[in-house]
Amino acid sequence: MFTYFVHRVLIMIPTLLAISALIFVIIQLPPGDYLSNQIQELKSQGDTAALAKAEFLRHQYGLDRPFVEQYATWLGVWPGPKGFSGLLQGDLGYSFEFDLPVTEVVGDRLLLSFIVSFATIVFTWVVSFPIGVYSATHQYSVGDHSLTFLGFIGLATPNFLLALVLVYFANVAFGTSIGGLMDPRYLDQPWSWAKFASVLEHLWIPVIVIGTSGTAAMIRRLRANLLDELQKQYVVTGRAKGLPPLRLLIKYPLRLSLNPFVSDIGNLLPQVISGAAIVSVVLSLPTTGPMLVHALQAQDQYLAGSFLMFLSLLTVIGMFLSDVALAALDPRIRLGEHAVR
Amino acid sequence: MIGRACPGADGGPGHFVNGEPFDPYSAESMTVEQERYYMASQWRMMWWKFRRHRLAVASGAVLAAFYFSILISEFLAPYHLHSRDAQHVFAPPQELHLFHEGELVGPFVYGLSYRLDMENLKREYTPDPNLVQPIRFFCSGDEYEFWGLFEARLHLACPAEGGTLYLLGTDRLGRDMLSRIVYGTRISLTVGLVGISISFLLGLFFGGVSGYFGGWWDTLIQRLIEIIRSFPELPLWMALSAALPVTWSPTLVYLGITVILGLVDWTGLARAVRGKILALREEDFATAARLMGASPSRIVGRHLMPSFMSHLIASATLSIPSMILGETALSFLGLGLRPPVTSWGVLLNEAQNINVVALYPWLMLPVAPVIVVVLALNFFGDGLRDAADPYR
Repeated sequence: MFTYFVHRVLIMIPTLLAISALIFVIIQLPPGDYLSNQIQELKSQGDTAALAKAEFLRHQYGLDRPFVEQYATWLGVWPGPKGFSGLLQGDLGYSFEFDLPVTEVVGDRLLLSFIVSFATIVFTWVVSFPIGVYSATHQYSVGDHSLTFLGFIGLATPNFLLALVLVYFANVAFGTSIGGLMDPRYLDQPWSWAKFASVLEHLWIPVIVIGTSGTAAMIRRLRANLLDELQKQYVVTGRAKGLPPLRLLIKYPLRLSLNPFVSDIGNLLPQVISGAAIVSVVLSLPTTGPMLVHALQAQDQYLAGSFLMFLSLLTVIGMFLSDVALAALDPRIRLGEHAVR
Repeated sequence: MIGRACPGADGGPGHFVNGEPFDPYSAESMTVEQERYYMASQWRMMWWKFRRHRLAVASGAVLAAFYFSILISEFLAPYHLHSRDAQHVFAPPQELHLFHEGELVGPFVYGLSYRLDMENLKREYTPDPNLVQPIRFFCSGDEYEFWGLFEARLHLACPAEGGTLYLLGTDRLGRDMLSRIVYGTRISLTVGLVGISISFLLGLFFGGVSGYFGGWWDTLIQRLIEIIRSFPELPLWMALSAALPVTWSPTLVYLGITVILGLVDWTGLARAVRGKILALREEDFATAARLMGASPSRIVGRHLMPSFMSHLIASATLSIPSMILGETALSFLGLGLRPPVTSWGVLLNEAQNINVVALYPWLMLPVAPVIVVVLALNFFGDGLRDAADPYR
């Protein structure tokens, strides 16, 4: 188990390196950069003071250096103008648009993004578990059919459209806007219990909107798995020797069909994060989504890069946790020298 | 019946002997029905199995209708994609009627009378019961270029002379929503098809190489797939499409977006191909082909691939929806296609502002075809997947 753990951690390092390289290539893809665009604009206006500052920033952030050197500096393995200062040292770079270090611009957006994603996954689990079990044990009943149908609708409705429709009806029915993730008066406040409670109060709408499709998929998978298990001989044996149905269900088939709950975090997380990114634009949540869109449009490269890196990091860590948890929980998965590849 | 009873030795009833010629295979011979079943090709059996899945067949019909409409969008839409009506900005949907004052008129709409509410500067349109505007069919309306080939004026339906026909309302420039949705179908649906073709080819190639050669190539490609899969899809699409140069023409942007959608989506298919090839390449028929000197590409393409092509088509169908939704999401955010190219996502881009939507809810209508098509593709793909293995 320990060797597997170490092995899995070691695999994460090249993966993250490759991801960071890919992200850096992508954010460098558009011709020019934020500053050179700005310099062009200032030149046409003849604003010399601002021009000098832009040139200074361009030099300071090494935008005039070769590509590989810029990447190494961004990563923090090559001394830039400020010495070793990059992602590895916790320096996310500088947002040219806001004229602030990225860390300050981002504020608690990263934390809020994390909270929304985490809550969505918990929601997915909590909702899909009882529904999946009910659907499987009551196969082809009215309840099963209607839940399956609902699931299909949930799967097919893109979550940002769901958000849009929901916002519209909330507006029509209650005359209020349901956007936002906390009471406006907490917006620039430091974290407190009251603020946290306010976030929890507002959290349920985005969580439902983002979680619907993932929940629908999870219900279908749990139902299929459980149905497979219920047909097996050991269930018949258990029933024949007189085990009470509920005890039988919990003791054997349910445990075997629980695998997707753990192993699917890896698939669920990228989906949840993608969904969160666009839903937060519609619901104007103070998470990473709207700012990422904005940063991408404005070519604010370090800001966009930090967001992309953070979202990918979340996914990679989630996959890592799900792999390790699966190895620990499922006795059928054997590790070590005799492990079957 | 040809046959005779052999009298027994004692003259009593003997045993019966059939006079027909003896056919040693008679026990194994089949009825016509059975023979039809056993002689059927794989694809024919898949069709039989698919036909039993009612929902999938119905979805297939819906999809066929949608895709057919692409061919004749110009003819189906009552207005041209860009024709504006400054007199009817943000006009609400007009109701379709059949009877006017108890008399059958045929399909018609009541004309709109317009009044500007000076108090809160709101445009108010009310149907005017005196203005009966019967819809004309197979009529001459806005001029268009059919697929950019030749000019024509023929439409399926047009407004009455001097009247209006806004069955789904108009947008901020007075453009007919229905016509724009019909035109948008062309872009939205083909994005999925082109995107899936790209990801299909990439998936076949990488999955084939990875599964057939194994070893070093396999490790490399599997690592690559893992890295791509650990990206959240939408932010990656957003970043890539934000990188498309602003100076590109709309057609180039369209191609760029489809390539981006295809580039990210091939990993699932590649894994499926790899798994199947790993299982099949040790089969006797593959070994036989190898011993006869067939090249790797011939073995994979000619001998292995046909065995699982049906599965691949089914899973490809199931991943078209994610492409359509991806394009819709990107355009909705303003990072994807740009006007004058019109897709459902571009139309929804207008509905991004909640204040606009609250006043003019019909701007959200492009949501409906998106959901219908995605649902239909899901059911259709499910049916295909069940049918893909007809021997079970």
